[in-house]
This record gives sequence, C-alpha cells and structure tokens, in this order.
Amino acid sequence: MTAAATPAASPATTGEQPGVRLARSRRNAELSLLLLAMVLVAAYGAIVEANMLDTVTPDFWMPAAALTLVFVGMHLVIRWLAPFADPALLPAVALLNGIGVGFLRRLDLGKAAPADRETLAIFAGTGGRQLAWTLASVMLAAGLLALMRDHRSVSRYAYTLGLAGIVLVMIPAVLPGRFSEINGAKLWIRVGGFSIQPGEFAKLALLVFFAYYLVRKREVLSLASRRILGIDFPRGRDLGPVVVVWLISLLVLVFEKDLGTSLLYFGMFVVTLYIATERVSWLLIGLVLFFGGAYLAYVLGGSVGGPFLNFYTRAEIWLDPFAEPYDRGYQLVQGLLGLGSGGLFGTGPGAGEPLEIPEVQNDFIFAGIGEEIGLFGLTALLVVYLLIVERGLRAGLAVRDSFGKLVAGGLAFTLGLQVFVIIGGISKLIPLTGQTTPFLSAGGSSLMANWLLVAVLLRVSDAARRPVTQGGGPAARPAGGPPEQLHGAPTEVIRP
Amino acid sequence: MITVARFGFLILLWIFVFTVVGVIRRDLFAGARSGRLVAAPRGVGASTQQAGKPAKVKRGRAAHQLVVTAGQLAGTRITLGEAQITIGRAEDSTLVITDDYASARHARLVPRDGQWFVEDLGSTNGTYLDRAKVTGPTPVPLGVPIRIGRTSLELRP
Repeated sequence: MTAAATPAASPATTGEQPGVRLARSRRNAELSLLLLAMVLVAAYGAIVEANMLDTVTPDFWMPAAALTLVFVGMHLVIRWLAPFADPALLPAVALLNGIGVGFLRRLDLGKAAPADRETLAIFAGTGGRQLAWTLASVMLAAGLLALMRDHRSVSRYAYTLGLAGIVLVMIPAVLPGRFSEINGAKLWIRVGGFSIQPGEFAKLALLVFFAYYLVRKREVLSLASRRILGIDFPRGRDLGPVVVVWLISLLVLVFEKDLGTSLLYFGMFVVTLYIATERVSWLLIGLVLFFGGAYLAYVLGGSVGGPFLNFYTRAEIWLDPFAEPYDRGYQLVQGLLGLGSGGLFGTGPGAGEPLEIPEVQNDFIFAGIGEEIGLFGLTALLVVYLLIVERGLRAGLAVRDSFGKLVAGGLAFTLGLQVFVIIGGISKLIPLTGQTTPFLSAGGSSLMANWLLVAVLLRVSDAARRPVTQGGGPAARPAGGPPEQLHGAPTEVIRP
Repeated sequence: MITVARFGFLILLWIFVFTVVGVIRRDLFAGARSGRLVAAPRGVGASTQQAGKPAKVKRGRAAHQLVVTAGQLAGTRITLGEAQITIGRAEDSTLVITDDYASARHARLVPRDGQWFVEDLGSTNGTYLDRAKVTGPTPVPLGVPIRIGRTSLELRP
C-alpha cells in the first residue's frame, strides 16, 4: 500500500491478535432493520395519501415495494461480497433514501391537479425520477463493492483519483455560465436537459487522494513540530499541502460561488490531517484559515463586490432574513416558517404546505419534511444521520490499516459536515449554501455519490469486522493486492 | 384515524432509531477489537484502548507508551496496543531505527496478559535490558531502558 509498508515478508508480524472472537456477521439483524425501515416508508406513503387524497389508494405500497426490492437486493449483495460489513449502515441509509422518495412523491401529488392525483404513476415526476436514481445508485454501489474487494487496492489509483478530483472540481468553474450555473452557483455541468454535479464525485476522489498522501506523510507532519503555548505547531514547510487545499477551496468559493462546497473540501482535508496526526493544532489552523478566508470574502464582497458579491449577499440574508422577506430572504424565511408551523409534532405527512418553499425538493427538503413531521420526527432523522456517521467512524477505528482509517474517518466526517452545512443553513445557524441533503434531496449526482460513499464505508467496515484467522482474512482476497502481512502490525513506521 | 397514523409513524420512526442503536450496542460488546487509532503516532490511542482491553492489569501499572529516550529517534513515542512491536532496521518493522549497531530484525516487544516482554531476535550486537543482556523473553518493567545500539527505549504508563 504505502511505500513505507510495501516490503514483504516478516513472518514475525502475523498472528498475535488477541481478543478475536467476532464471528457473527449480523446480516439477519440488517435484514430485519431494513424491513422495518421499509415498513416506515410504506406507512409514510399511506399517510401522505390519506392526507392528500382523503383515501388510501390500493397502489400506495408500490414505491415502498420497489425500494424494498432494490435494498434487499443490495442486502443480498452485501451478504455475498461483504459479509461482515456493518449491519446498521444499510438500513439507516435506506430509511433516509426511502423517506426522501416518499416526500418527493408527496410534492408531486401536491403539484398535480386534484383529478390526476389518484393515478400518479410510480415513476412519474420528481419522486419517480428519484426512485429511478435510487435504483441506479444502489446498483452502482453494489458494482463498487464487487469491483473493490479490498479497500486498500484503491490506494493504487490515488494520484489518478486526486487528479480526477481536481479536474472535476475545476470543470464547472471554467465552463461558461450557461453550461454550469444554476441559481447563482456554478457547480454544474449542464448538457441538454441533463445536469450533473461533478463536485459530489470529486469529494470521494479527493478524499482517497488525501488519505493516501497523508498515510505517507503523517510521520513528518506529526513528528517535526515546534511547541507554542502548549500546542504543537507544525513546521512552516509542512504547511504546504494544507495551504494548497485552502487556496483550492477559496478558488471554489470565488469562482463557483459556493461556500458550502468550499467548506466541505477544506473541512474534509483538515480533519483527515487531524486523524492522521492527532495534532489539535491542525484543527486550529484550519478553523483560523477558513474563518479568516470567509470573513475576508465577506469584507471584500461588501467593498469590492465582483466575484465575492454572492457570498456577501448570502451572509447578509443570514444575518437578517426578515429584512427583505419577499425578495432575497424569501426562501430562508419560508423555510423557517415551514419549520415553525410544523412545531413539535408536525402537521402530519401530506398535510403541510411545503410547496411554499422555493427549491423544497433540493436544498430545503429538510424544512419541507420538518413542517410535516415536526421537531420530533426531524430529530429522529438527524439521529439516523448521526448513527451513519458514527458507524463510519467506528469502522475507521476498528480497521487495521492506516489508509482504511483515514478513508473511513474522512468519509464519515464529510457526510456529517455536509448534513451540518445544509441543515445549519436552512435553520439559520450559518449562512445558507447550496448543499444537497445526503440521501434525501432530489438529484442523481448527490444520491449516486453518497451511495458510493456508503459502499466504501461498507467495504472498510467489512475489513474491520472480519475475524482474523491465522494468516489474514478468508476469501475475497484481491488479485495482486498487498501482501497479507499488512493485515498485522506494521502501521507505525517511524524514521528520523 | 389520520392523527393516530401520524403519531404512530413518528413513534415507529423512533422505534427504528432505538432498534438500530440496540443492534449497534450488541455489536460493540461483541466486537470490541482493539479500538486503537493506530494511525496516530502518539496520544489518544491509549485512552480509547483502555476500554476494549480486558482489565487484568491494574490500570496504573500498565504500559501505554513506548518512548525512545536516546539515539537518533529520541523523543519518538509509540502508543502501545495489543499487537507486538518489532524493532530493527528493516523497513517493515514497527519501529524502524537507523542505528549502525542495530540488526535488520533486532528485537521485539510482545504483550502477554498486560505485561510486555522483550525478546532478542538473534541480533549481532545484542539487546540489553538496563545492564543485562537479553537472552530469552524477559519482562520489561516500566521506566527501565532497553538498549539497542545507541538507541534507548522505555515503557511509560
């Protein structure tokens, strides 16, 4: 894997892994949780119809059944390809995805003429498209599981992926506005009626690169340091990469006019750096750089305008959305009103007015859902996100190789950060930025990228939980993968 | 009727959440493999590791860190887990020391029931525990230097 760990054959390093008793794969628990999640999705669909049509059509279960089919398929793939993967990940993600599809279908019902509502086909409208995207995404995730039998094999393509990530980030920035701009943010590639958001995929590619780079560099980054005020600060020349990523994220901020994506990339890198070195100073440096940069962009936007103006406007809306409630602050105000009128228990699925909120199917889906299920339900959804992130971090803690740790930890954190950025945005905790809500929002790119992320987490957690038999794991050994000694001890290679 | 369904849905949502938590909880106790953050050369690993380890040793006496006190790598710390530590010039050693008097595979530290043992792997110049030459697996008390060439190592709590 790494240059440091590649040399082979140390018979002394295998074995000696005490306390290995985990032989249960927990796949049955996964299946029952999954079915429970699908019952919830079906119940959601039924209540929506009861509220909106005053009757439950005999076909209400069809979207839920389609989803169940897809997810049970994924479950079987996991049984086959990653039998020791974490049992909580798939059901949790499936629930969010299912609620997302259900809510989008509910929006379609709201938009349709009352006469057509009862006959809305399951693949019609945004909800139907989301259902189709779910199908495609889950198949893609299963494909990734099949292709990537060992997460460490990905590190061989780290530089290619890093380059691909940067190119993907850059494409929308250099494309002319009419091909890349939607609602003021240049994050898209628009071809015909079809638009993809390359940044969502870039996230994954960049993270793999970061992880690979840091596995190789972390000794330098964590050992050479100066101590100031009781905190170890790195040497000046070791700051290079973090400054480069900071500049890239600022460029994203300026040219793609998107604070959320920029925060996401930068946060991802800083946290991966932190996981690799355990130096709190990196977090401090990262926070100072980011807030300094964002504040600078705000000041520049106020005085100079130009490319910084978009960010300035967003910050202004955030500071006082009610200054122009029917103009610039309209979306945020409607979102807040939606959340507010939902109250503690919500109006009930299908009984709210989510269509009052612009872009409720994308960025504001959480406000739309929140109006109908209330704080009580929203908290449950947030806890589900929390559990997904926790399971990702847990996989990172338990897996034995450093690359896997960084990939799992970084991906889990990125997912959490994205949820924070968008939900912080719609609840007016931080300036609103156009991020998708993972697994809920309408949109193929986001859904696909996040399902790929889940596939990687499943793969790493499978490696982490697989019982150690003498001489490495059973089955599923990749062709030409790293030697099995890497499974054992040498994760801390230190040179002067 | 709808009101019942509505609250039923919310309750079911939370039941789902708690079921997932339950599965995770059972899982934590079943799979408490070394929760060590190996990626890190120092610090936190020790604290996460205490939880997963069977409490056979009194907490105060268990070694949690291997510190290099003399030699080129002086100041280096390694957080100890449940895996053995190999020391030598070979690239795949846990602790790679570039000491002219060290062999490629010089020595190893092996934990057994919370006690660390040092074992010489047939090195040319020998491994010393304080002043005594190590011939077989020898228990290493806290704070006693292990000497390999010009390098000194100590176990710390």
